[in-house]
Parts: sequence; C-alpha cells; structure tokens
Amino acid sequence: MKNSTLPDPFEQARLEKGYGEMDDQNDPVTMVLRLKDVRKCAHNWKSYSSEAVPGRIVVPSEVNIRDMRQIPFEVDPPRHGAYRALVEAWFKRPLQAEYQQRLTDQISGIVDQFVGQERVEVVSELALPLQSRALTLLLNTDYGESEKWISWGTHVFRSEGVALDGDKATVLYDYIDEQIERAQKQPSGDLYSVLLDSEIDGRKMTPEEVKGVLVLTFAGGRDTVINAVTNAIAYFAEHPESLARLRQEPDITGRAVEEMIRYFSPLTQMGRVVMEDSQVCEHAVKADSRISLCWASANRDAAVFENPNEIVLDRKINPHVGFGFSHHNCLGATHARQIMKILLQTLAERVSTIEMLDFTENIEELDEFKRKVGFHKLSVKINPINH
Amino acid sequence: MAQITFITNDNQTITLEGTAGSVMALAVENGVSGIDGDCGGVCSCATCHVHVAPEDMHKTGPASEIETDMLELDDNANEYSRLCCQIEISGALDGIVLTVAN
Ligand code: HEM
Ligand code: FES
Repeated sequence: MKNSTLPDPFEQARLEKGYGEMDDQNDPVTMVLRLKDVRKCAHNWKSYSSEAVPGRIVVPSEVNIRDMRQIPFEVDPPRHGAYRALVEAWFKRPLQAEYQQRLTDQISGIVDQFVGQERVEVVSELALPLQSRALTLLLNTDYGESEKWISWGTHVFRSEGVALDGDKATVLYDYIDEQIERAQKQPSGDLYSVLLDSEIDGRKMTPEEVKGVLVLTFAGGRDTVINAVTNAIAYFAEHPESLARLRQEPDITGRAVEEMIRYFSPLTQMGRVVMEDSQVCEHAVKADSRISLCWASANRDAAVFENPNEIVLDRKINPHVGFGFSHHNCLGATHARQIMKILLQTLAERVSTIEMLDFTENIEELDEFKRKVGFHKLSVKINPINH
Repeated sequence: MAQITFITNDNQTITLEGTAGSVMALAVENGVSGIDGDCGGVCSCATCHVHVAPEDMHKTGPASEIETDMLELDDNANEYSRLCCQIEISGALDGIVLTVAN
C-alpha cells in the first residue's frame, strides 16, 4: 500500500448491514454508509434534523464547547433557505475572473517559495498559509489578517491529543466578535459588513447571527481545505505520472478535482438528530438519537463507483457526496473547487516530481472504525521543472 | 451544429448554437441563468437540471440511471428531467427546447 492511500474502513459494514455504530461522548451515532441512503437521509430534514442543540450534529459532538448556533448549518428548512438565499451569491464570487486571478497569484507565490527547497512541511508551511490567504478573498478582507489565522495553527476546534479544545474556539469567537464590532463602526465591503447590512424576515441580521455564519466559514473551511491540499501533494508524490498527465491534458483538471474530493472525502461525516422513531437499512433508530451521513463511506460505494478505491483522474461520471447533498450542500464548494483547480494547474506547470520524506498520519478513531483522513505532518521535497 | 433553446425561470428565451461538448458547458459559457454547472459536468451537483420539451425527448433520449438517482429526491424533477451536462451536443439535437428547472 502506498503512503498516500486512504483505505476504506467502512466497506464490510456497508456491504453487510449498510450502517455502522459509534459511541461519541455517550451520545451514540448510527452511521449511514451507502450512497443512496446517505442521499435520502440528507434530503429528509423532517425526520433527520440539523436544528438540534448547537454542536450536537457534529461528530464528535461539540455541545460541551459551544452554545452558539452555526448558520445556515444548524437550521432546517424553510428558515434555512432564507439564510442560504442571503449568502449564496457571495459564495459564488470565486467564479469571477478577478477572484481567480488573485487566487492564482497567491497559490503560485506559495508554490514558488518551496520549489527546489530541501524540505517543506506541507500541513503547516504550505496548506495552512494557502488556506488562510485564500480565505481573505472569500471574506473580502485584508490580506494581512491571514497572518493571525496562520498563527492559530492547523485546528480551530481541535488540537493534537485533545479531540475538542474549547480554548481554541474562544480565540476564534473573540476574534470574530472584534471584527463584527469593527464592521459595525466602520462598514466596508467585507462579509461581516455585508451580513450586518442584510435582512431576514424584514429585519436586519443580528450580530449573533452574523457570528454564526462567520464561525462556520472559518471552521468549516479550514481542516477540510488543508486536508484536500495535503492529500493532493501526497498523491502526486507517489503518482508523478498523474502530474505529467495533467500537464499534457489540462482539460481534465476539473474532473481530477472532483475525483480527489471523492477519494479524500475531507469531511468524513456529519450528523443529524432523529425526530421520530424510524429505520435506516432496516435498523431502528429512536427519536432523539443521532444518525450520521457518512460521506466518506458513500463515496466508496461500489454499487455506484467502479474501482472505488482508486483515483481515476479523469472519472467522467462521479456522483460523489464529498460536498454533501441536498439543502445543506457545501456553501464553500465553489471556493474549495477553485483552490484545488488552481493548485493542480500550478503544480502541473512548475513541478516535475515530489519526494516524500517523512509523515505522521491523521487517523480518526470512530469507535469500531479507524479512518485515515490524511496527515498531521507531511514533509516533502518539491522538484522544479527545468524548462 | 445544433440550435438549442433555453427558457429560463425569469422567462427569457435564449437560442444558442453549439457544435461539440456538453449542453451544460454551452449554457455556462453563455451565462444562461439557472445553469451553474458547479461540478464541471461529472454528475455530482445537479445544478444543470433542465426539462426537455416532451416532443424533443426522442432527440435527447431519457435520463440515465445515475441522473434519475440524482434527481429522484428533487421536487422539481419529472419524466422530462435531464442533467444537461450528460447531453452531448450533436446535429441530432438541432431545434430542441430546454426549460431550466431552477
Ligand atoms: C474540500 C473542502 C470542503 C469539503 C470537503 C466540505 C464539505 C462539506 C460538507 C460535506 C457539507 C455538508 C454538511 C451537512 O450536510 O450538514 C458542508 C457544508 C458547509 N460547508 Fe463545506 N466543505 C469544504 C470547504 C468549505 C469551505 C472552504 C467553506 C467556507 C469557507 C465551507 C463552508 C460550508 C458551509 C457554510 C456549510 C453549511 C451549508 C449549509 O448548512 O447550508 N466548506 N461542507
Ligand atoms: S454540472 Fe454538475 S451534475 Fe451536471
């Protein structure tokens, strides 16, 4: 097995039962493992709600470290739709040519900095700065702010060894409070100001609601993007032929991005709270218990994907759920897709080979399942193309 | 070469000419509203959903199983639904009318 391989720990349970079980801080979760079932449950918000006690739909649960509701993530339809309508256009800005040009400048700057160096630690030196700088574009805020976000380290809510770290969350909350106050005093064209000025139900959005959107934007777009970037570099280190192919056939870059999102599934799962006694794969789930939509398992479902455990760079039909499905599908997907597309283009243009030096794997302990989701650390040497 | 007409949700009628590639790509290039093509055409986003005019169904053919699986939960879907990233442009499509679903 190659070091960049992410094995599928759910295969047996998915085939035999279709669900898995996991205890999480005494609030057990029935994990839905097949693609079709994941889609059905994601769509069925009346039976499987996102609007529980804040933090409860996250696995591992965050109920003990926050009271604040993340928006639109922890709101059900129809109210969810009203919030989404407010932010949808903003989160499509990554489709604009100017945004893409600035993102390209950022990413090629970072890659150029490391090409030819003896060693780069990808997670902290490359992926984290890349993710943080790119976020300044999404928020339309000062580039300089990214320095602060980088200094927070790789996990906003999590730190190594401790699954859930309340202190780190406080740093983020205090920062966002400050920014909201600043935007109240001095409105600008950033996301804070735009949200403070927007209306829901005929009234202005409250600072608390604005905070709920911003916390989610910071938290949801951090580990996931870092993970996708790091796994992509590990993959190219062991598949130089794929880098060469993207150089020869740049047209397949979009497909390669989708395939990497499917294979890496940077977000393993997301929970829902069961509203009424029901059944998942003929397995009874009780009202007020939790299920999870296991995107990572669904994305390896052999009933849908041929050779699910391989990265098929130009996979033509790829109905993956890496960015979720139905109402709550990822709001940051346009931004994340552009980051990945530009990263792949930049690497294909400038890099010949990548040598993997050493690494520490990031393994999620999900009770009966252990899922490698990527790397805590990954050191590589990136070799230039000599034109 | 094929002429393809899109009717959008805001009741605009846009007729475009295409020679190759997918119908989704043609619509995105020309900014047809309601067709976003977020996933680039690999059938994972359903932001390219159209209703084919009943009399044109024989030109496009029916939706594939992957498409119907994607759309089965969509309230807007019906027997004329297609994800237009899965429709390849060719002369056979000439004259079809597609109503954008969203
Ligand atoms: C490769 C990177 C990413 C992956 C794999 C990913 C994955 C996901 C998934 C699976 C969901 C669905 C959650 C659910 O159904 O409960 C989701 C929702 C969401 N994501 Fe992402 N995400 C990524 C990047 C981002 C970024 C960059 C942002 C923003 C900066 C972001 C913001 C959000 C938000 C706001 C939601 C909630 C949408 C709603 O509830 O309506 N994500 N993401
Ligand atoms: S463009 Fe994504 S499904 Fe057609």
